[in-house]
Amino acid sequence: MPRVSALEMDDVPMGQLPPHIQLQRTRVFCASDAPTQTENIQYSGAYASMGVDNSFRLDDFVKNFRVEVARLDEDDIEFDMIGIDAALANAFRRILIAEVPTMAIEKVLFANNTSVIPDEVLAHRLGLIPIKADPRLFEYMSVKSDQLEWLPNGSEFQLVTDNSTSNSNSNSKPKTYTSFSRSQTSLPEFSEDSIALKHNDITIAKLGPGQVVLLENVEDEKAEELVKKCPVNVFDIEDIGEGKRRATVARPRACTLCRECIRGDDWENRVALRRVKNHFIFTIESSGALPPEVLFTEAVKVLESKCEQHTSVIWTDLTEDNGSTELKLVIANQKA
Amino acid sequence: MVSIEYTKGSHGDITVATKKDVIIGRLPIMLRSRCCVLNLRDEAELARLGECPLDPGGYFVVKGTEKVILIQEQLSKNRIIIDKDSKGHLIASVTSSTDAIKSKTVFILDKEKIRVVLNQFIKPIPIMVIMKAMGIESDQEVVQMIGRDPRYGVLLLPSIQECVEENVYTQQQALEYLETKVKRFSFSYGSVEKEGRALSIIRDVFLANVLVRDLHFRPKCIYVAVILRRMMEAVLNKDAIDDKDYVGNKRLELSGQMISLLFEDLFKTMNSEVKKSTDNLLEKSSRSSKLDISQHLARDIITHGLERAISTGNWDVKRFKMHRKGMTQVVLRLSFIATVGHMTRILPQFEKSRKVSGPRALQPSQWGMLCPCDTPEGEACGLVKNLSLMTHVTTDDEEGPLISLCHSLGVEDLELLSGEELHAPNSFLVMFNGLILGKHRKPQHFATALRKLRRAGIIGEFVSVFVNEKQKCIYIASDGGRVCRPLVIADKGISRVKEHHMKELKVGIRTFNDFLRDGLIEYLDVNEQNNALIALYEGEAVPETTHVEIEPFTILGVCAGLIPFPHHNQSPRNTYQCAMGKQAMGNIAYNQLCRMDSLLYLLVYPQRPLLTTRTIELVGYDKLGAGQNATVAVMSYSGYDIEDAIVMNKSSLDRGFGRCIVTKKLTAINQKYANNTMDRIIRPQRVGRDAERMQILDDDGLAAPGEIIRPYDIYINKQSPINKEISVHSPAGLPDSAYKSAIQTYKGPRGETAVVDRVALTSDKDNNLCIKFLIRHTRRPELGDKFSSRHGQKGVCGTIIQQEDFPFSERGICPDLIMNPHGFPSRMTIGKMIELLGGKAGVSCGRFHYGSAFGEPSGHADRVEVISETLVKHGFSYSGKDFIYSGITGSPLQAYIFMGPIYYQKLKHMVLDKMHARASGPRVMLTRQPTEGRSRDGGLRLGEMERDCLIAYGASMLIYERLMVSSDPFEVQVCRACGLLGYYNYKLKAGICSTCKNGDNISTMKLPYACKLLFQELQSMNIVPRLKLAEA
Repeated sequence: MPRVSALEMDDVPMGQLPPHIQLQRTRVFCASDAPTQTENIQYSGAYASMGVDNSFRLDDFVKNFRVEVARLDEDDIEFDMIGIDAALANAFRRILIAEVPTMAIEKVLFANNTSVIPDEVLAHRLGLIPIKADPRLFEYMSVKSDQLEWLPNGSEFQLVTDNSTSNSNSNSKPKTYTSFSRSQTSLPEFSEDSIALKHNDITIAKLGPGQVVLLENVEDEKAEELVKKCPVNVFDIEDIGEGKRRATVARPRACTLCRECIRGDDWENRVALRRVKNHFIFTIESSGALPPEVLFTEAVKVLESKCEQHTSVIWTDLTEDNGSTELKLVIANQKA
Repeated sequence: MVSIEYTKGSHGDITVATKKDVIIGRLPIMLRSRCCVLNLRDEAELARLGECPLDPGGYFVVKGTEKVILIQEQLSKNRIIIDKDSKGHLIASVTSSTDAIKSKTVFILDKEKIRVVLNQFIKPIPIMVIMKAMGIESDQEVVQMIGRDPRYGVLLLPSIQECVEENVYTQQQALEYLETKVKRFSFSYGSVEKEGRALSIIRDVFLANVLVRDLHFRPKCIYVAVILRRMMEAVLNKDAIDDKDYVGNKRLELSGQMISLLFEDLFKTMNSEVKKSTDNLLEKSSRSSKLDISQHLARDIITHGLERAISTGNWDVKRFKMHRKGMTQVVLRLSFIATVGHMTRILPQFEKSRKVSGPRALQPSQWGMLCPCDTPEGEACGLVKNLSLMTHVTTDDEEGPLISLCHSLGVEDLELLSGEELHAPNSFLVMFNGLILGKHRKPQHFATALRKLRRAGIIGEFVSVFVNEKQKCIYIASDGGRVCRPLVIADKGISRVKEHHMKELKVGIRTFNDFLRDGLIEYLDVNEQNNALIALYEGEAVPETTHVEIEPFTILGVCAGLIPFPHHNQSPRNTYQCAMGKQAMGNIAYNQLCRMDSLLYLLVYPQRPLLTTRTIELVGYDKLGAGQNATVAVMSYSGYDIEDAIVMNKSSLDRGFGRCIVTKKLTAINQKYANNTMDRIIRPQRVGRDAERMQILDDDGLAAPGEIIRPYDIYINKQSPINKEISVHSPAGLPDSAYKSAIQTYKGPRGETAVVDRVALTSDKDNNLCIKFLIRHTRRPELGDKFSSRHGQKGVCGTIIQQEDFPFSERGICPDLIMNPHGFPSRMTIGKMIELLGGKAGVSCGRFHYGSAFGEPSGHADRVEVISETLVKHGFSYSGKDFIYSGITGSPLQAYIFMGPIYYQKLKHMVLDKMHARASGPRVMLTRQPTEGRSRDGGLRLGEMERDCLIAYGASMLIYERLMVSSDPFEVQVCRACGLLGYYNYKLKAGICSTCKNGDNISTMKLPYACKLLFQELQSMNIVPRLKLAEA
């Protein structure tokens, strides 16, 4: 966008933002050297001088928020979340990574392992295998533990399942195991050679938010050059009559932000690469246990429960010292 | 070792008996050498034998340990070296080495007079005296031999004058003069052939490499003349001084030479030993049987001698007065590359303490022979070197045929030349292995003829011919220990290796040896390289070019060959990586899990580097890697990344990044004793006091594989007999009471839970049962573990952060670790940046990219432009910088972040092995101060400098507390009268001074026990320290 002196700018009626401020508010500018305007303007009175209210309103959010599913198959979902704050969108991402439960082996009990892979390594590999089981059907056995815990005394459970591979005569020492003891599910791979396990490695949830490209008019031969420039085929050529052609952004979702289009001479002046701040493209790749759309709803539930927890805490606080109503509003918003 | 001997026998009738295959000793064999069982085995056969096919061999296995005999670097023998000594005198030295004797002859120019320094003479001898003693009585002849240039005459004049002053004119006078200067040994005073001493020294010791037949001294005279001439040239022209550090003046002594030297000595010792024992036998009057010498061959001398030398590394050859230590080292098995690098290491001739820069500096003549990067830091910097990738060290070649060949090629014999003719213009002296062979009138012609013969394979491929225009000499060398390297021969600038040759090589019809045999490639040593004009690439050749380099990256050694794009790095960084590559954990060998090393570091998931080099493929690092490809984001994060620390992704660690296995060996021996009793291993107690500590034991009393072993756990339930000396009639039937427990317990760090990996039962050299336990511990990277990239950029793990807090890219890529960008500006490791780009392009297009040294022109390294294009094609920015979102807020970062995969090595330094703290603990008996060092659970020392700080700050109570209260407080009774220490009498409940014999003036005070100890030690030396007490 060309820089214009403030004196030469057109007057803007009260209650509206001038176009460049509006852009700064809603877009991330991806210049060739560094992205700018990356933060969201949170302060409700940021544009008060121009008569614009920047406060967050629940009804506005409800009105503007959209979710558009672009792709959905067994393991993947790609959907757009439009009209949501980065912090909230990120909260979903973080919850998906860290808090939506997935089933995995936490403790492994070795009866006999003569493979080349040592017990600990095999156990680690087993732990990496996602298990196709709906975690919602299970309860947490223990408090979330930071690390696998060695139980040097062997299994605390004296091998209840007792696969009785070795007949223990009473004379020999008590059966103890090199154990990450306590298995929740018995896997068919349990006694198998671990090589077979390798092929099951899929990881959980990932996402890449927000991408939309805006473009100023670029005409004629330069347009064709631009189309060629982009390696991922974002642009297309459109005829605008009178023998003039211009490039349009035909496939904005394909952009990987390689910034090829704004590289070199003064391409940066012709092409404006920006991102919409409140538009997020979410890609969730499921490990297979749950369908990806369910994963997301799970994440929403987690967030919801967290909010509830916090509100209840704050409510109790509020009843005590009769605090500001401002907080209430925030909590209400969060809940939404 | 087997040998054939024949022995003489009998009394009156002498018969010659032959005995075949008599064993005189056993010789350790170098692995993968021609005699080794592993020689010429293919991969499958080696695998069947349980050996790693990638193992370089080249070491010995002695007493169960792998030992390398390191390559020794020495100044070349039998060569004239002109140099300056520490006082600035010009000296010419010749270190002569023949089969019989080693000697060093030094010619020194002191105050314009040339003298000879020889060990056997008490003081330097004027050179003219020596010349006269060798039969050249005429001064004119000497001058003629040196050359008739008047400047030489002027320089020689003082020496001639000195000779005249000593009144030496004839050979007889000279010998008499020398006789007075001969060193006399007290024990052989006035003994045999008093007269002949000087002559024999001149004949045998002085310039011993020039043989004198029947007192025919002429060759030696000419040799001296040549030395003098070179000295005078050096006086006139400073450039003529030889460079001691020049690689052409160096010889590398390999293990073969070392062993042959030792063997020769041992063999002769054995012979004399046999002689001694037979003499003893013959002296005895009553002999029952006939003498058979073969019975008296002691086979232990050679076996034990070699074994001892190799296992201790002490080479003691008495005949040559050689006492060298540290010749062998235990093979480094930290990583595969450490092992290979160890085989190429060259030990210096000098002691390391010398503070001289000359030998440490990088010599231009090292090009292609010795690695310019691979040298340790610190005291051995530049002295310890490593071979380059294609270096070949020559072995001795037969001299006789070469000498006769030279003569038939037109070398005029020395005998036929007068002194005058020796230095005639347009004729070159021919020097063969340091000896003067004669002269030749057409030097270039002669040299090309010899080279042609060499390329045709008629003379050995390692014979070098070097025409020295300055000295007017042709040097022919066929001796061992020269370093040389292969080069492609070019005719008039056109390489002999053509396209079709390379095709044949690829198909496999042609091997490297075929190239050599067909005269396409030849070996050049450092000297002959000076006669060659070597083009770096075929395209750069000019008509004068004689050779073309095979590949420029071969100037680097094995360790430096791992670095991608080393030519883009600042040079010290490559050197640092060479040292660090040896500490990286990874795979040791294919058979690493079958080995029983005392300490082994393994990586659980080692990877092959995404950005490889040709060297990596050649040495097999891609098969036995020592690192992992980590996605690195170059950015600042969390503040826990200052000073090269790295921030790691917790999920990456969960997935197995940097996970390693450490195995340690525990040994127990089931000892046999002199009285036929022996240790026994018994069934563990399942109930009772020790039952808990014996949990991991199997019924056989040994720890079972797969069991978790904790500190103080018993891993072998052994008992040893109480009575070990007095013989017992039935050792097996000893009652249980005759044994006492000799259990062995595991002493690992607390909290660390290791696992018994394997248990091996073997027997040691005394045939005792030897039980070895391998303890395995799997470790996940933790705070403070050391990591490094391949560019000398080491750093510790500063913090570990959850993946959701980690930044992520547009595509959802999350880095494995974050490196601070401050690591780049001062280190200037551009290679690391290119590695990142190349790695990123590699993962996106699915092809391993290359980064061999200097490889861009020849296609062994990818260019940045091409890499960038690949990146763009796959939707990345050409610069490798990605649009990154903050994992904490979810909004984009205000900078594009340089992100991509870099090969990271986990180094062996881990916090777990180093962390240490102590509150109270063991103390040293003598001083009663806390012990030192982690292994003894020692205290942390408040040293002198810390003490200085406290004094400066005025924290006197803290000093008092640290240095006394928490260290070694001791209460003493001091006598105020005599100032000496007394004692406390508990019966009288009073302090008593033992000197004054009363308790009147006793004061009680505290002082450090070490102080009290000092007083007593002083007293024991008759020094009386008296304390004067005053009221505080």
